[in-house]
Amino acid sequence: MTNSITIFKREMISYFYSPIAYIVIAVFLLSSGYFFARILALSQQATLMYSLANTQVILSILAPVITMRLLSEEVKSGTIEMLMTAPVTDFEVVFGKFLAALCLYLVMLAPTLLYVVFLGWVGDPDMGPIISSYIGLALMGAMFVSIGLLMSALTRNQIVAGVLGIVTLVILFYLGFAVSGTDGWYVPILQYVGTYDHWEPFTKGLVDTKDVIYYVSITVLCLFITVRTLESSKWR
Amino acid sequence: MIQVEHLSKRFGDKTAVDDISFRVHEGEILGFLGPNGAGKSTTMRILAGFLPATSGTARVAGYDVFTDSLNVRKQIGYLPENVPLYLDMRVNEYLTFRAQLKGVPKKDRRASIQEALEKCGVVEVQNQIVGTLSKGYRQRVGLADTMVHNPKILILDEPTIGLDPNQIRQVRSLIKELGKKHTILLSTHILPEVEMICGRVIIINNGKLVAMDTPGNLTSKLRGGATIHLEAKGPFGRIKACLEGIPAVLSVKGEDESVAPSGARTKTHRFVLETDKGRDVREEVFHAFVENKENKWVLLGMKKEAVTLEEVFHQITTREAEEAAGPLPPAEGPAPKGGIKETVSGLLKRIKA
Repeated sequence: MTNSITIFKREMISYFYSPIAYIVIAVFLLSSGYFFARILALSQQATLMYSLANTQVILSILAPVITMRLLSEEVKSGTIEMLMTAPVTDFEVVFGKFLAALCLYLVMLAPTLLYVVFLGWVGDPDMGPIISSYIGLALMGAMFVSIGLLMSALTRNQIVAGVLGIVTLVILFYLGFAVSGTDGWYVPILQYVGTYDHWEPFTKGLVDTKDVIYYVSITVLCLFITVRTLESSKWR
Repeated sequence: MIQVEHLSKRFGDKTAVDDISFRVHEGEILGFLGPNGAGKSTTMRILAGFLPATSGTARVAGYDVFTDSLNVRKQIGYLPENVPLYLDMRVNEYLTFRAQLKGVPKKDRRASIQEALEKCGVVEVQNQIVGTLSKGYRQRVGLADTMVHNPKILILDEPTIGLDPNQIRQVRSLIKELGKKHTILLSTHILPEVEMICGRVIIINNGKLVAMDTPGNLTSKLRGGATIHLEAKGPFGRIKACLEGIPAVLSVKGEDESVAPSGARTKTHRFVLETDKGRDVREEVFHAFVENKENKWVLLGMKKEAVTLEEVFHQITTREAEEAAGPLPPAEGPAPKGGIKETVSGLLKRIKA
């Protein structure tokens, strides 16, 4: 575990030494701020529900940008050889990197708490749904970041890793919509696999174990496959 | 400290390392010599726990590299071939990260990083970003990294590649210095390097171990004797005949320069003598000249030249390549010593003899 923290610290240093962290945070705040302002002006309601519902698409695009270089860059530049010949396990490496990406994701979300402060100033928001939304955002972030990390382990090209991650997350997002209104045995399955149906309850103030399990299990699954992918790269 | 037994590594159809066995003893500096692509890096990667072997076993400091990889990695400092470093970090940040990763206790960390910085001569760049450093400095930062946790064994893959001559000297003396406290396995294709720093040499070619001995033994076993360069004044033919008469001299080569095409009439000739194993004929040559007083032959210069490791290496590795390229034409009669037709087995027999 100490090794994961060491790797976490290094990745955080690396994020803030490169422009990636700043660009991602700026893009996120610009777009989420725009939605927040527009929706607030139109709805005249002191709630984050509608604007947070929108951020999922933005996050589907930004999370893979955060994770795309984590493993692919190590393989491409050869630093993986230095890393994996130090006394660390593959899991410690993957987990440390996962923590770093999740941390940057949360840092990116942190300034949106100002929106809550602003809502409290102009109105009287219901704090329940707001708190549950942030819990949901954190869980969703863990899942998005783990999917992005897996893509980064699959290729040595970070652009490819980023594009694969974005495509996967966007498909997962639209999966629920695509089949709604149609009939068939596959509809409930696809709706369960899609992310949107699990995210929406959080914005309404509902923290359902079903949705928590969904996010956590996909996160664990992706981290597991990432560790295995890293191990298998030795045998190729 | 390192025991390698029947180690093989195949990538698909290609065999990178083919059944090699060797040992590295405690406190020894062992040189791993071979042309590019001979399997040096692959072997070192296996020993460092980065690649698994296809077959065979390797133990480092008593731990199996495959089943006990973490323990092995705690005992070694490994420098990969191209010294991949995180280019976005500062030198001291990087070394702190590596020291943490390698489990240096917090209270010793600052001291061991400082020591590594000083030993490798990178103190003055410790606050620079690795990406802005020159190749030589990066190499030394990599070296500092390998020794920051004071490992028993250092595995260095081409530690002097890409350095300028001064840096090469520094790194070599550093490695020599480190050899007093650590067991070192280093690979290189630069031969003088091996002669200078290594106690023993392994020559590997096409994944096979072709020779293993001290640098001195390797050179003397290959061609026993030495080459002597001679400069003399006097009648060419008679001097040559006289030299050939010395028992230990195998051959005399030389050109008659008394009728040089330039027309300049000179009586100075150069000869190259090949001598038999273990015999120094310089004394006899000297007497041959002195005893011929009435002829007034003059000996102007004489220089003994031992066979360099470079020649050994070249002979061993190119013979292997020739054999791999196709069957050699059958030798007619006894092949001349060192001749083209000598087979690998013959050559190896002589090395082993």
